[in-house]
Amino acid sequence: MNNGNGMGRHRPDFAAIAGWIKLESSVLDLGCGDGTLLRYLKDTRRITGYGVEIDDASVLACVKNGVNVVQGDLERGLSGFEDNSFDYVVLSQTLQAMKNSEVIMREMLRVGREGIVTFPNFGYWKNRLEVLRGRMPVSENLPYEWFDTPNVHLCTVADFERFCSERNIRVVERKVLTRGRPVSALPNLLGALAVYHFGAAPRAQ
Amino acid sequence: MVTARLARFTEPLRLKSGAVINEYALAYETYGTLNSDRSNAVLICHALNASHHVAGWYAEDPKDIGWWDNMIGPGKPVDTNRFFVIGVNNLGGCHGSTGPCSINPQTGRPWGGSFPVITVEDWVAAQARLAEKLGIGQFAAVMGGSLGAMQSLQWTISHPEKLRHALVIACAPNLSAQNIAFNEVARQAIITDPDFHGGNYYEHGTKPQRGLRVARMVGHITYLSDDEMASKFGRQLKNGKLTYSFDTEFQIESYLRYQADKFSEYFDANTYLRITKALDYFDPAFEHGGNLSRAFARTQASFLVVSFTTDWRFSPERSREIVKALLDNRCRVTYAEIEAPHGHDAFLLDDERYHRLVTAYFDRIAAECGT
Repeated sequence: MNNGNGMGRHRPDFAAIAGWIKLESSVLDLGCGDGTLLRYLKDTRRITGYGVEIDDASVLACVKNGVNVVQGDLERGLSGFEDNSFDYVVLSQTLQAMKNSEVIMREMLRVGREGIVTFPNFGYWKNRLEVLRGRMPVSENLPYEWFDTPNVHLCTVADFERFCSERNIRVVERKVLTRGRPVSALPNLLGALAVYHFGAAPRAQ
Repeated sequence: MVTARLARFTEPLRLKSGAVINEYALAYETYGTLNSDRSNAVLICHALNASHHVAGWYAEDPKDIGWWDNMIGPGKPVDTNRFFVIGVNNLGGCHGSTGPCSINPQTGRPWGGSFPVITVEDWVAAQARLAEKLGIGQFAAVMGGSLGAMQSLQWTISHPEKLRHALVIACAPNLSAQNIAFNEVARQAIITDPDFHGGNYYEHGTKPQRGLRVARMVGHITYLSDDEMASKFGRQLKNGKLTYSFDTEFQIESYLRYQADKFSEYFDANTYLRITKALDYFDPAFEHGGNLSRAFARTQASFLVVSFTTDWRFSPERSREIVKALLDNRCRVTYAEIEAPHGHDAFLLDDERYHRLVTAYFDRIAAECGT
């Protein structure tokens, strides 16, 4: 699940994610790539972190980065992790490449008290324009051609929010970014990258 | 080039079984140089049939190359230019350490069948005394594969403050019923050999070589994967045509017989019996109501856990049990699953991904230890 995730440079969503992470908390980063985000959170938020990664080269990079990593396939769930064993479970730019997006969202909230997920917003106006022109969009946040993309479950900001509300997932906070800058108006149209902080909704009495 | 040495201990060692060994010796070898703050020592623990001779060769026998020489040496993943590496033959062994074929000073005769049953905990206790003798208060790392990896794990439980890193390769947190079953077949082959004489065969001038041969054959099958055997031997014939007899018809039979002959020449049957028992007894969770996580409650080390996809003896699932228990204790851990066709034996073989990973991990250890 190395979807261009954490290729050695700090991506715009990293700062947004770090802003929500409490000092000295525990973080599980799913599809952690070379461990750049965990390294960043370790340095800036003093977290205890672990990554999950399937790719051999990325696991090796994590070792070089001094980051804890467990090699495994996210599609097989998080059975190696206890319920509520992390403060945060992060899925950064990987949700759209998961075969079973629903299961992983559920697993994130089982293992973590809160989840953070980032994904490219397919509703971004440039993407819409490309589709209107009759082409699949290729951009900074969607860097693949239709024939080589690992992305199988692209969605829009509106889709994701409906998905959450239908499954009793409580959105704690949302940041929508374009070229690293926050977007406030018309996020589903003007935002290229969505960053969500969510938790389980409190049970009805 | 290396030389084996012998460390003698006169303080009695109480074993887990309750038996006491009053005095004993451990054969060991060292490679590289211990640095001034004694922070670069690495202990290598051996598995079933290996010894303290982990790397290099002997002046008198240049062909006798250490069993993990592809991993350990100058410029290798465990770089002896940076680390002071120790190989030790375990208590009960047959490569120079006190074992069943040694003379029991109390009787003046070989221990033979009266040599006590030993456990992984006992080995670690003896290794800790060797470390003390060599002036090593804390190992940079303790490393092993298979049964050797069980010793690394045990170090983190028995002496949590005496190692910084544990490398746990092709391991399992305990033996499955199937694993124990294979060991029992091996033991029965030895014990029922008429030349065994209750383990006192030295005095009878015999060796239960037939039993040991069968034991080795059974063991060997479990070290290889089905695919590896298929690609190496398939149904190839030994002599090009079938003879409809009990001679070796297939290459795999010839291979097993050759391995068995070689092994039964140099290995001691009593040692083999005891090592298989040590494997069977290893189960750190046992004393914690089956809860492996609790077994690691005092563990302080960082871990590299490695498994191999085609290892069916100690499968990746077994390593994941270890990883989960370590995660439950918030231990620093890296887990890698190496795709390798060779089965359990993969931990001894050259594999680029595997060796690159161990190299990177030891770079990290070196940075921490300032070597």
